[in-house]
Amino acid sequence: MEYNPLFKPGHTACVGCGQAVAARLVIEAAGSNTIVVNNTGCLEVFSTKYPETAWGVPWIHSLFENAAAVASGVEAALIYLGKSPPNGGMPPITPTADSANGGKAAKDTINVIAQGGDGGTADIGLQALSGMLERGHNILYCCYDNEAYENTGVQRSGLTPYATNTTTTPPGTKSIGNIRPKKPMPEIANAHGIAYVATASAGFPQDIQRKVKKAMSIKGPKYLQIHVPCPLGWRHGPELTLEVAKLAVETGLYPLIEYENGKLTAVRKIQPKPVEEYLKVQGRFKHLLNNPEEIKKIQAIADANIEKYNLKVKPGAT
Amino acid sequence: MFGPLVVKPSKSKGDKTGSWRVKLRPKYLQKNCIACKMCALICPEGCIQGKEKNTYISDYNYCKGCGLCAQVCPKADIVMIEEGSEGEKK
Repeated sequence: MEYNPLFKPGHTACVGCGQAVAARLVIEAAGSNTIVVNNTGCLEVFSTKYPETAWGVPWIHSLFENAAAVASGVEAALIYLGKSPPNGGMPPITPTADSANGGKAAKDTINVIAQGGDGGTADIGLQALSGMLERGHNILYCCYDNEAYENTGVQRSGLTPYATNTTTTPPGTKSIGNIRPKKPMPEIANAHGIAYVATASAGFPQDIQRKVKKAMSIKGPKYLQIHVPCPLGWRHGPELTLEVAKLAVETGLYPLIEYENGKLTAVRKIQPKPVEEYLKVQGRFKHLLNNPEEIKKIQAIADANIEKYNLKVKPGAT
Repeated sequence: MFGPLVVKPSKSKGDKTGSWRVKLRPKYLQKNCIACKMCALICPEGCIQGKEKNTYISDYNYCKGCGLCAQVCPKADIVMIEEGSEGEKK
């Protein structure tokens, strides 16, 4: 078989871009029978420099806030054209004679993926995303979380973690960077009562693909949030992208979790490392290294995550 | 439908981003490769191909020289060398 990727080289992502890694893994796992709807953001800009496109699948971009709404329309049109099972393939609340038809063979259905950056998901696109989740469309929403508006020059977003240096939250004598904690988007998505919510990380590529394939096998709205390092905005070397992503998971600052039907079903167990190891490799946390008070606060966030999701490997287990 | 349309898929192949490399390029030694596919899996460009052991190679027309493949290789079979240095030709 000839090598024919669905996300072609020649796009204009920065050197060592974590988002380019994750986007390619997601579309390769989803397969060619997919329609992609993109928010405005880094991914949209670097993958579709007019008149070129890196995508080998149908792809549409409309506005910053409405990838979820456009994807809802795409999915509704597929149902109308008879190319997707009715009601998004979800079993009706009251079973009818037609409900047996709901689980049509997966190869016949066309997947719809809506995707965007963290700003387009958690800040600007939250209303459209919430509507999509609540209406029960059969769509996978992928959020590539690089923790700031990197495309426009590293401005703070709702998913920027505590004490981060961005251009709109610069540290100085009166400030330690971003004063607000990260918005708990997986919990917000899970509160809609949807079938599948998961977080993944560019540092664990096989895990991303497994989660996308699992999401594709589930009917109804799905939410996947992928942690993707940005060498430009996070100020680390391009060769460290995967290492930084792994450290975020291993320190407990970015727990890899899976919710199915509202219940926490799987977490990635870790041997917690001190958060300094994650902070010291990135320029955006450089101002914290002589500030043990603030590092303690960040360690407390990691400890709270470890406690909440029970991330720690049991002693004696390998 | 208004707005720009690109009717042909995957047109970005015409963009030879390999010219972005300034300092280092990966060299595939092809000696201890175990075909774990990690390099092909994590390449941001998706420009690494190969089928069996010791056949994996990057397409230098697109490789931006980020060095992720050299970092991830469990056998250290990929090394970063200076652009235009001795080992480049081989």
